[in-house]
Amino acid sequence: MSRIKKLFKSKKNILNIYVTAGFPNLNDTIEIVQELANSGVDIIEIGMPFSDPLADGPTIQNSSQVAIKNGITLELIFKQIEEIRKTVSIPIVMMGYYNQVLQYGATPFFEKAKAVGVDGFIIPDLPLEIYQENYQTILQNLDLDMIFLITPQTTDERIRLIDSESSGFLYVVSSYAITGSKSDIQQNQLDYFERINKLALKNPTLIGFGISNKKTFDTACKNASGAIIGSAFIKALENSQNIKTTVNEFITDIKN
Amino acid sequence: MNYEVNEQGFYGDFGGAFIPEMLYHNVNELKENYLQIMESKDFQEEFKDLLKEYVGRPTPLYFAKRLSEKYNTNIFLKREDLNHTGAHKINNTIGQILLAKRMNKKRIIAETGAGQHGVATATVCALMNLECIVYMGEIDIKRQAPNVARMKMLGAEVRPATSGSKTLKDATNEAIRDWIANPVDTYYLIGSVVGPHPYPDMVARFQSIISKEMKSQLQEKTGRDYPDKIIACVGGGSNAAGAFYHYLDNEKVELIAVEADGLGIETDKTAATTQIGTEGIIHGSKTLLMQNSEGQIKEPHSISAGLDYPGVGPLHAHLFKSGRGTFIGSTDKEALTAAYQLTKLEGIIPALESAHALAALDKIEFKPTENVVINLSGRGDKDMETYIKMMDNE
Repeated sequence: MSRIKKLFKSKKNILNIYVTAGFPNLNDTIEIVQELANSGVDIIEIGMPFSDPLADGPTIQNSSQVAIKNGITLELIFKQIEEIRKTVSIPIVMMGYYNQVLQYGATPFFEKAKAVGVDGFIIPDLPLEIYQENYQTILQNLDLDMIFLITPQTTDERIRLIDSESSGFLYVVSSYAITGSKSDIQQNQLDYFERINKLALKNPTLIGFGISNKKTFDTACKNASGAIIGSAFIKALENSQNIKTTVNEFITDIKN
Repeated sequence: MNYEVNEQGFYGDFGGAFIPEMLYHNVNELKENYLQIMESKDFQEEFKDLLKEYVGRPTPLYFAKRLSEKYNTNIFLKREDLNHTGAHKINNTIGQILLAKRMNKKRIIAETGAGQHGVATATVCALMNLECIVYMGEIDIKRQAPNVARMKMLGAEVRPATSGSKTLKDATNEAIRDWIANPVDTYYLIGSVVGPHPYPDMVARFQSIISKEMKSQLQEKTGRDYPDKIIACVGGGSNAAGAFYHYLDNEKVELIAVEADGLGIETDKTAATTQIGTEGIIHGSKTLLMQNSEGQIKEPHSISAGLDYPGVGPLHAHLFKSGRGTFIGSTDKEALTAAYQLTKLEGIIPALESAHALAALDKIEFKPTENVVINLSGRGDKDMETYIKMMDNE
C-alpha cells in the first residue's frame, strides 16, 4: 500500500502544503520540507517550476520564474527529494505540467521519481484518457498514485470515472479559479462539497484553491479529508527572513 | 496521407486537448457543438451575409504584374489586407462570435499579438453588443499602439500580460487563466489554429474561405482552379491554414509556409518553430515548439508581433513532419526589404507578417509558366512606425 493510502486510512484533517522547488533560493526546498514535516504537515506537494503554468495564479507563477532563474532542473529536484527522504517519511507528491514529464521521458521520469521516494503526481494538463492509455499500468506497477482534479463543473458521471481511474486522493478544486485567488468559502461551494460526498467515492478528497488560513482549512476539513495550501504558503516564503520561523508560524496559525 | 483532424482532435501525431480539468467542461461543450452549429442553415446564412456585406468578401485575387516581371513568373496576391479591420483575422472572429451567441455566452475574451486579432474581436463584439476583454503582452502593447487605441475605441478592455516574455504566448496564458476563473458565461475566442481541440480545426474551417475563393478566382483567371505554389506566413498559422485548406489533398499544389527567422536561426532571437523546435505541449496542444531540454518554453523573437510565437498550430506541425508542407524562414531584415519592395512595385503596404511571405520570393525557384499565390494576410498601417524608423536603413 502506498504511503498516501496508509495516511488516509490512519488520519483525519490532512494538511497538504505545496512548495515550489528551488524557491526562494535554489536549495531552500530541503530545509523547507524538513521543517514542514517537523511541524506536523501530512503531505508535501513539490512543484516542478514551469515556464507556462496555465492552472496557476500570479504567486505560483512568480515563484516558478524565480526558481527557473535560480537554475532548478528536474534532475536537481530529484536530488533534493533524495536528500529530503533521509529524514522525512511523510508522503511526497510531485506537481508539474505534462510537457516537463514528456521532455524528461515519461517512463524514466516515473521510475526515477519512485527511486528517490516520491509517492504520487499531480499533472493538471495530463488528460485522463492519455493517462489510461499510456501510464496507468506503469504507475500501478510502481505503486505510485496519480491524482486528478475535479471542479464545480465536473459532472457526477465524470467524477465517478476520475475516481475509479485514479488513486491516492481526489483534488477538489474549490471554485472557479486559478490558484491563489478568492478568500472565503461560499454556500454554493458547500453545496458542491456535499454533492461530492454523496457520491461515496473510492478515494478520499482534499480541497484546494482558496485555502489560506485556519478558517478555510477548518471548513475544508468538515467537508473533505483535509486541504491543500499553496499560494498562501508561497507568499509567506516570499517575505521570509528565516525559514524555520516562517514555517512554524504559518503551520501554527493554520492548526491552532 | 490524411490532413483532417480525427475524432480525438489529432492531425497525425499532433493536436489533442491537453487541458486542466477546469477547462474540460468548456472545451468539451465546444467540441460537442461546433460542427453542428457551423453546419446549420441559419448559421451559414448569417455567416455568409456578414462576410459579404460587413467584411467585404470576396477579397480580390490580384495579379501583381510588376512583381511577376521581377521574378519571371505569375504572382497573384490574395488580398486579405482589404478585409474590414485590415487582415484575415476577421473571417474567424465573425464565425466564432456567431457560435458564441448561439451558445448563449455573454463575455468574450481573446489574446492578441500584433493586435489584429484583438481588433477583429473587439469589432465583432461591438457589432454583437458583447463585453470584450483582450489580453495583450506588455511589449506588444508598446509596439502596436495604433491597434491598442482601436480596440479601446471599439469598447474593448485591453489587459496587459506582464508575465514571461510579455508577448503573445503570455497573453494566451492569461486568456486561458481568465477562462478557468470564468467558465460559465465566458467564451474564449482564439485567434489562430492553436490551442486545444476543437480550436485548430474550427479556426481553420472559418479561415478556409480564403482558399475556397481562390479556387473560383483561379479558375476564372487561369483556367485551372489550383495554383502551382501557395506561399503564406506562419506564426500560429491561421492565414496559412485558410490559404492551404482546400488544397491539402491536392499534391500538385506546393504549400509553402514561411516562418519568422527573427535575427536568424543561428541566434536565439528567432521564432522559426519548425526549424529549431521539438515536439511538446503548448497551450493545450501537442505540436512543435521552441523549448529547452527541461521542457521550459523559450521566448521567441520576431520583428512582427503576429509571428512572435514559440509554437505552431498542430496542422502545420503535421504538414512539416509529413513533408506535405515546405517550411522556410525570412529574417526581420528580409521581411522589411520585401515590404519596401512590394510598396514600390505594386503600391501596396503589407503587414510585417505578410512581408515574411513576400520575402520568400527570393528563396524559391519559379518557372515562367507557374502560377503562384501569396496570401497577403494583412495591411501595414499598424506597422508604419517600424517602417518609418527603418526606412533610413534601406
